[in-house]
Parts: sequence; structure tokens; C-alpha cells
Amino acid sequence: MFNHLLSLLIWLPVVGAIPVLLAGSARPNLARWLSLLVAVLTFVVSLFLLVQYNPGGAAMQLVESHLWIASWGVHYGLAVDGISVALIVMTTFVGILVIAGAWEVIQDKPHQYMAAMLILEGLLIGVFCATDALLFYALFEAILIPMFILIGIWGGPRRVYATLKFFIYTFFGSVFMLIALLYLYQKAHTFDLATLAALPLTFTEQAWIFFAFLIAFAIKVPMVPVHTWLPDAHVEAPTGGSVVLAAVMLKVGTYGMLRFILPIVPDAGAHFAWLVIVLSLVAIVYIGYVALVQEDMKKLVAYSSVAHMGFVTLGIFIAFMLVRDQGHTDMAMLGMQGAMIQMISHGFVSGAMFTCIGVMYDRLHTRLIKDYGGVINAMPWFGFFYVLFAMANCGLPGTSGFVGEFMVILASFTANPWIALFAAFTLVIGAGYTLWLVKRVLWGAITNPHVAEMKEINGRETFVLAAFAAAVLALGIWPQPLVHLMDSSVSQLVQQLAIHKI
Amino acid sequence: MPTFNDILILLPEFYLVAAACLLLLLDAFMKPAQRPLLHWISIAVLLVAIYLVVAGQPPQAVTAFGGMFVRDDVAEILKVFALGTTAMVFVYARPYLTDRKLVSGEFYTLMIFAVLGIMLLVSAGNLVTVYLGLELLSLSSYALVALNRDAKLPPEAAIKYFVLGALASGMLLYGMSMVYGASGMGGTPTLDLAQLHNVMSYTTAPTLLLFGLVFMVVGIGFKLGAAPFHMWIPDVYQGAPTPVTTFIASGSKLAAFGMAYRLLDAGMGDLSQHWHLMLAVLAVISLAIGNLVAIVQTNLKRMLAYSTISHMGYLLLGLAAAGPEGYAAAMFYAICYALMGVAAFGVMLALTRAGFECEEIADLKGLNQKSPWMAFLMLLAMFSLAGVPPLFGFWAKVLVLEAAIHANMLWLAIVGIVFAIIGLYYYLYVVKVMYFDKPVEGGALQAQPDQPLRVVLSLNALSLLALGLYWGPLLAWCRHAFGL
Repeated sequence: MFNHLLSLLIWLPVVGAIPVLLAGSARPNLARWLSLLVAVLTFVVSLFLLVQYNPGGAAMQLVESHLWIASWGVHYGLAVDGISVALIVMTTFVGILVIAGAWEVIQDKPHQYMAAMLILEGLLIGVFCATDALLFYALFEAILIPMFILIGIWGGPRRVYATLKFFIYTFFGSVFMLIALLYLYQKAHTFDLATLAALPLTFTEQAWIFFAFLIAFAIKVPMVPVHTWLPDAHVEAPTGGSVVLAAVMLKVGTYGMLRFILPIVPDAGAHFAWLVIVLSLVAIVYIGYVALVQEDMKKLVAYSSVAHMGFVTLGIFIAFMLVRDQGHTDMAMLGMQGAMIQMISHGFVSGAMFTCIGVMYDRLHTRLIKDYGGVINAMPWFGFFYVLFAMANCGLPGTSGFVGEFMVILASFTANPWIALFAAFTLVIGAGYTLWLVKRVLWGAITNPHVAEMKEINGRETFVLAAFAAAVLALGIWPQPLVHLMDSSVSQLVQQLAIHKI
Repeated sequence: MPTFNDILILLPEFYLVAAACLLLLLDAFMKPAQRPLLHWISIAVLLVAIYLVVAGQPPQAVTAFGGMFVRDDVAEILKVFALGTTAMVFVYARPYLTDRKLVSGEFYTLMIFAVLGIMLLVSAGNLVTVYLGLELLSLSSYALVALNRDAKLPPEAAIKYFVLGALASGMLLYGMSMVYGASGMGGTPTLDLAQLHNVMSYTTAPTLLLFGLVFMVVGIGFKLGAAPFHMWIPDVYQGAPTPVTTFIASGSKLAAFGMAYRLLDAGMGDLSQHWHLMLAVLAVISLAIGNLVAIVQTNLKRMLAYSTISHMGYLLLGLAAAGPEGYAAAMFYAICYALMGVAAFGVMLALTRAGFECEEIADLKGLNQKSPWMAFLMLLAMFSLAGVPPLFGFWAKVLVLEAAIHANMLWLAIVGIVFAIIGLYYYLYVVKVMYFDKPVEGGALQAQPDQPLRVVLSLNALSLLALGLYWGPLLAWCRHAFGL
């Protein structure tokens, strides 16, 4: 049996970027088709992964492990569980759509743009299946390089500021994680995540390591108050960059929490769960209000991303409260499941929202809400998709946005009704900022004469939006396959929460 | 009495002396039209020297001339990389020297003598050999800095280098004399590093010994270019012809590490509890000054000079750990820095042409438009210097940080990592200038068409990526040299 499926998934896009680069600026179409081919192939391979993966087994599957650095005992270790599989398939799916989305939009050095996207995709897949902490860290940081280039070259007017801020901000967080990992290496003499999970640590050690991990991942998620890089990066990034950033890259932060904070420092995690819960609620409520007053569409969606990611962190850490303090293992499962579904759903919804904004930006070259109005008159089909994604963004039942949020709110109600009350605010605020956005952009009479000249979406754009719409609706109407895929992995995680390591 | 065996042990060194003398003669008797041949001969000389070093490597460490000279794995590794990077400097230097009509036997001969100095220094088993090697390296370097004697900056830089270098040599010599004196109080006076190792246990003048140690650390600090003994670095880097700067940033750093290791571990190993804190302080100051001052530089050579200072801070992190693990990490770092330095300056050399000196950061504006490949190579060098995975520089940093944590200096590792974040900015700025800025209209930016340079430079920069992906064997080699 072929057992290098994960390596293939990582290296196919990374190596595939080389011929794309070689196509050069002289043959932009060749570069485009090549990169699309690579992205589609990667997606197909990830479907194989979906088939190969056995959702019943709780252990990590499709294990690949080669000794990488012998004198340090570092392994090139890859393996997946249900959560990884879901995230990887989402990544490859979004990978096709961003390349299709950038097709003729990127006219300046398209080969470099496409190659950066492919490398980014490969590295992200690597992050989702690394089982060695040092390998994870290297990939986690390496992501920054292509993203830095993507925002810096193809971004908006303030792109240099945004991209430097993005890079330095995220780098700042993760270096402390590196120190924590090196400290753990001193104790365990390995970077293997499973061994680190079994390593006994005193509470003081756990607390320090917890905060080192938290700062790294909280910046990536991003959580309040370290979210300030996100609006800048999103606003200035090219459409494809924003989509990958929102859809996949933010998940790296929450995924890291699952892989590092939960198993390695569960006691500190339980002790400080209140802190993360409070920060998540602040993100949900306060950032929701901040989103309400934005005048820039991209900024609005960026802030709504912060608020939605608040649900993911809430779902993860409410599980601590439920398991440790109250013993509601099944409720904890529900909260965690909700967080996972929210991760996937937010990937599709925010990706779709940014794509929509990109479509409008390509026509009018402005992101300010006041420049639009009555777009539905010029672009009815576009309006249809836009409204659909807006509904998903505010969590309408039947769309994917509803499922995760509902499960998290349900779980937090068991933990503490007050938490649920604050979390449920999002249904009001989220509807507020999203519907108001739709009202100002789509409905009403055309006030700006340029809006009347906007062309209806073409076949390529329709394909991208329709693919997003299909994903959003499929998850909303029938989330069962996704739940089933992640079920045993989530219960494994919840069991780990209960283990005291001191 | 020296035996034939002693001479065999020093074969690479003797060979290099002979070759350098031969080159001088060739230079004198060659027709001017044949001069360019010197270039290829010199590269061949270095490659043969690498072969001699590797092929004649004894399985166990051996000494020659009554312990004056040590040939062990540490020396082997440092020599191989010093010779290798110098050969790269020769390749990169050719278009530069040709355009400026500086191709002469002196450049090649002086460089080879400097390398010879490095080889003696890293093999030193005696204070005298240390000094001999150091002076051979330094005097050759002073002259090399002033190679372009008609220009304004090089002579100034050479004088600064010479005055400060002489001062540092004086300090070192003074320290050595104190150590020698202390070894004579209560025992037989000795200059042999292996015998100096246990002076502390019997000397009746421990204070004198410690004083001597302090002066020697000053000498080492100067040679490394660690703050606060870094004053010469920016001026020399900026003023020297770029090929010479490249050499100072690569081979010289390997030599400085070798010297520090020989003096501190072989000679003063018993005093590690004293010097490891001194080095830690030097490391912190270097990290701070190097990284903070580099931010405001507009001249790329000067910026890289300050970046060197900060990198020496990281190297000192490993040395300060004062154990085989730390030394292995520091040597790994020195090798890594040498490769990165050669690559970064190599790109500058590749962009420098007749009448256009690429040395301001602004000169790189829009490089990605003009020459995407060169921009990519520089990007690799910059991200590697910044320590971003998966590039080589990241792993070198991880190793020294681990060594510091291993030696119970968590605080030092945290200081190191905090300055890594600060240092990130100026490397990213270079990438920003190359990739995000528009090229200057009618600017002279264009890559050299010289094929050997392009090929070797590409391999050099790509090696930063390759070694970043697979650095196990090199680390194993370094660790093996220190008995791990």
C-alpha cells in the first residue's frame, strides 16, 4: 500500500510551484494552467485521503515517520486524525478556488503569485499533519514567508505596513513557543507530540508553557487583544491572500491549541480556561460592535472573522470547564464538535465573503461601503450569492454558520448560562452588521453611476462562488458526515482534558 | 626535534605556503594578458588544500611539533569551510576585480596567506601558535582592506582596522603573558594550551591568571567583533572592497570561533565558570547593539556589519554554554553564518558592475522586476539571516538557544529570542525593497553575466534552503568533532 499520502499532499503543491515559477512572466497563461492543474491534483489526492481515513479509529492514522535529525531525535513525523483530515480537505478545496479566483485579476507577475499560493498551501497542509513539534514549528513559521510576499507585492496601498506588521506580530508570538518547546525538549529529549503529551509537568512549568503557547496561537487565531494585525493584513492583502488568511491560516492557531495546549498542559489550560473564555466573549461581543461601525467592507468581514473565531476558542475552552469542573463529558464533546464545525464553516463563509468583496473590488476598485449601493440591480446573480453568504455569516439555520455556533452556545449554556447569554449576542450583532452591510451595498437605488456599469459575474467567478455556496449549504443542511469524520478524534481530545499531569 | 611525521601532519599548511609563494612568482613573471589565469590557479590551490585536509585527516586527534599544532576534527571542519568559503569569495570576486582593474597576484596571495593564518589559528595547541596564526590572518586582512588604495574609503578603513587590531593583539598578548606568568608561579611556566588547562589548580597567583583571562577574552571579543569591541566592524565592512568584506564576514568568523574555542576550552577550560559569564555579557551587548543599530542603517554593507555583530552574539550564546553541546552549536552557527554571509555579499557582488557599486539598500529597489533570480537568492539569504524556518539560519539559532537552555541560562535564551524579533525588521526591509518597491527609472541595477559566479552563488544560496531542510549530517559532524 502506498503510505506516503501525506508527504505527497505536502510536497505536490510545493514542488509543483517550481514549474509554475519557471513558466515565467513571459508565459502567464501557462503558469495559470499549471498552477490550477497542481491545485486540482492536490485536491484529488486529498479526496483519496478522505477515503483512506477510517473515522472509527481514534488513533492517529496514515502515520509516516522518518528520522530527520538523528542527533536530536527529531522525526519527520506526519499523521492525521479526523480534525486534520477535515482541515486538509478544506485547504485543498480553497486552494483551487483562490487560484481560479485570481485568474485574470492578477496581471502583475502571475507566476509568482500562483507559486506563492501553492507553496503556502503545501505548508499549511504540513502544519495540519505534523506530529513532531519541531516540524510543526518550522512549518508554522515558514507559512509567513509566502504570505509576506503575497501581501507585499499584490496588496493595496498600505501593503508594506500591513505585511511587516503581520510578519513581525506573528513571529513575535511564536518565538516564545519555540523557547517552550526547547524547554520541553530538555525534559523529554524528544519533540514527539505524543510523548510530550504524556510528560508530567509541575503546575508552574505548565503555567509558563501555557502562556508561551497561548501567545503564539492567540496571535494567529487572532484573539482579543492581539488581533490588531488582522484588519490591516486583510484589508491590504489581495483577494486570494485574504481568502487563505481567513479560511485556512486562522485555523492554524486554533488547531495548534488542540495539538499543543490541550494535551501538553491540560492542568494549566483548565486553570486559565476562564481567561480564554472571557477573551472569547470579548471577541464575540465587543468585536461584533466594532465590525458594526466599519466603513470598509474588508475590514468589516475581518472583524467578523475575529468574532467568529471567538466561538472556536470558546468551544475549545468551555470543554475544560465542562469536563474538569462539572464532569459533563458529553456536553464538552458537543462544545468541541461545535468549535470544529465552526472552524470549517468559517473557512468557507469568510473565504466566500472575501471572494465577493474581491469581485466587487475588481470592478469598482474601492472597498468603501458608501461607494456602493444598489449593486443587485447591476449584478443580480452576484447578489444572490452575496446574500447567501451573508446569511451564513450571521448564522442562519440551514447554512453552515448556524451549526457550529448553535452547538457551542448549547454547550456553554450547560457550563454557565451567562456565558451562553453573551455568546448568543452574536446572533443579534452578527445579523446586525451583516444585514446592514447587505442593505447598504446591495439594496436600494443606484447612487454611484459607476455601480450601474458593473458587469455581472462571469463564468469563472460564478464557478468559484457556486463552489463556496455548495460547501456552505452542504454543511448547513447535512453536517452529519463532518461530525462523523471528527467524532472519534474529538472524543479522544476530550478524554485527554480529564487527565491530570501534575 | 621535528620529525617527518610532524611535517606530514602539517602538510596542507606547508603546501599552502609553497603555493602562495609560487603564486607570487607567477604573478611577477606572467605576461599581463595571462594574469586572469591566476584566478583559476588560486581556486585550484584552495580546492587541493581542501582535499589534503580531508584526505590526510587522522582518525584520532594528533599533535605536531611538541604540541604546538593540533590536528583534530574541529580543526578539520573549520579548515574545510574556511577554504571552501574563500574559494567562493574568489569566484564572486572576479568580475568585481576585473571591472576595477584590481586583478593582481597580491589579492590572491594575501587571501591565501590569510587562510593559512586561519588554518594555523584553528589548529593552535600553544599560545604562540595562536598569536602567530592570528597575526598572519590580521596583517593579510589589513593589507587586503587597503587593496583599492586609490579610493577614499579603503585606506581609511584599513588604518582603523590596523590600529584597533593592533590594540586588540596587544591586549591578547598581554593577557597571554599574564597567563604564562601565573603558570610559572608554583609550577613550570608553560605556553602549551593543554598544560595551561590545570594551572588554576596549582598556581599561587590566581588573580593574575584571571586578569590574563580577561585580557584574552577582550582579544577574542575583538576578533569576533562582539560588542563592546565591535567598533571596527562597520567601518571596515563598509570601507573594504566587497570581496574582502565577504572574506572577513566568512572565513574570519570561523577563525574567530576556532581561536575562542582553543583559548577558552583547551587553555582556560578550568576557568569556565568565570569566562562563561563574561561571554554571556558580551552576547547580550552584541545582540542589543547589533540588532538595534542595524535598523537605522541605509548602507547594506553597514547593515550587514551590524547584523554580524548580532550574529556573533548568538554564536557567543553557544560558547557561553561552555560544554561540548554548546561548542558544537556554536561551530554549527559559525559555519552557517559563513555560508549566509558569503551568499548575501555574493549577491551584492553579482549586482555590482563597472561604475556601479551596489551597496545602498535602496540600490536593490525593484530587484525582483529586474532579476527575479538574484532577488530570490537574496531573499533566501535574508530570511536565513533573520532565522525564519525552513532556512538554515533558523536551525543554527535553535541550536544555540537549546545550548543556552541546556546550560541553565534560560534568561539568555529569552534575551536572544527577543532580539531575534527586533532583528527581523531590517532583514524584512531588504526583502521589502527588493520585492515591493518599483525599480528606479533608468537605474543601473543589473546582474553580472559572469556564469561561474551565477552558478556558484545559486548553489550557495540554495544550500541555505537545502541545509535548512536537512541539517542532520552537518550537526552530527559538528557534534562528533566535540566527542558527542
